[in-house]
Amino acid sequence: MSEVIGTIFIVVGLGFDIFGCIGLIRLPDVYNRIQATTKCVTLGTCSILFGSMVFKGFITAAGIKTFLCIIFLVLTSPVAAHAIARGARISGVKLWEKSVCDKYQQDKSL
Amino acid sequence: MMKSSIILFIIYFIIWTLLGFSFDLQHILIGIMVALFVVFLTGDLFTLRPSHFGRVTRYLWFCYYVPVFIWECIKANVDVALRVNPKLPINPGIVKVKTVLRSDTALTFLANSITLTPGTLCVDINPREGILYIHWIDVKSEDTEKATQLIVKRFEKILKRIFE
Repeated sequence: MSEVIGTIFIVVGLGFDIFGCIGLIRLPDVYNRIQATTKCVTLGTCSILFGSMVFKGFITAAGIKTFLCIIFLVLTSPVAAHAIARGARISGVKLWEKSVCDKYQQDKSL
Repeated sequence: MMKSSIILFIIYFIIWTLLGFSFDLQHILIGIMVALFVVFLTGDLFTLRPSHFGRVTRYLWFCYYVPVFIWECIKANVDVALRVNPKLPINPGIVKVKTVLRSDTALTFLANSITLTPGTLCVDINPREGILYIHWIDVKSEDTEKATQLIVKRFEKILKRIFE
């Protein structure tokens, strides 16, 4: 039973990872691409890890390690996204031309 | 200072034990030594106000925060996955929101939560005035007040109870 549930989680995670990668290619500018990769790849990878945790059992050496990996991933992946987005904005990477508004530009040019 | 070192030591030791996951004397002794060394190195970097660790209500609110966060995270993923279709239904822009949170930990958690929830990505932050610049994949309102209502309010109340 736990093998079936674990496999389902792993398959769902792989699906989200694929969507993240498609988003990385399809979306127009760097900020939208960061959105797709951060969200989809974080949950996708967490789902794969959770699946392997269900597979192996929770209170085993592998299960606990996977759990720590999930916590580490959730805490650090958004931080990397902030760093990339902020670096891109400061070094002057333009938004997509159909973007609606850019409050950051307005505030910093004042 | 002393208190925060002790809290850090306990956290490091728990992480060491869980990573190694073997409970004989050798591993535990080495764990204590390593944890002491890392506490000596990182010292008072992480816990600035150790008195906050003592209150039970904060942990209860954190337990409430985790399922809320996971639910928002799953919604975010379905949302972004649906936007990758050939028509590209996106409407991006950078908006400005205000928050009442001021402490570093609370702001970090708020920014992380915002980044992992539907269509929003924190680009820059102004901690003194509590202003966050947020890249929104589908801008519903350019107005600061309304954007704040839509993006920040969900987490702000809970995070205020946990970290402030």
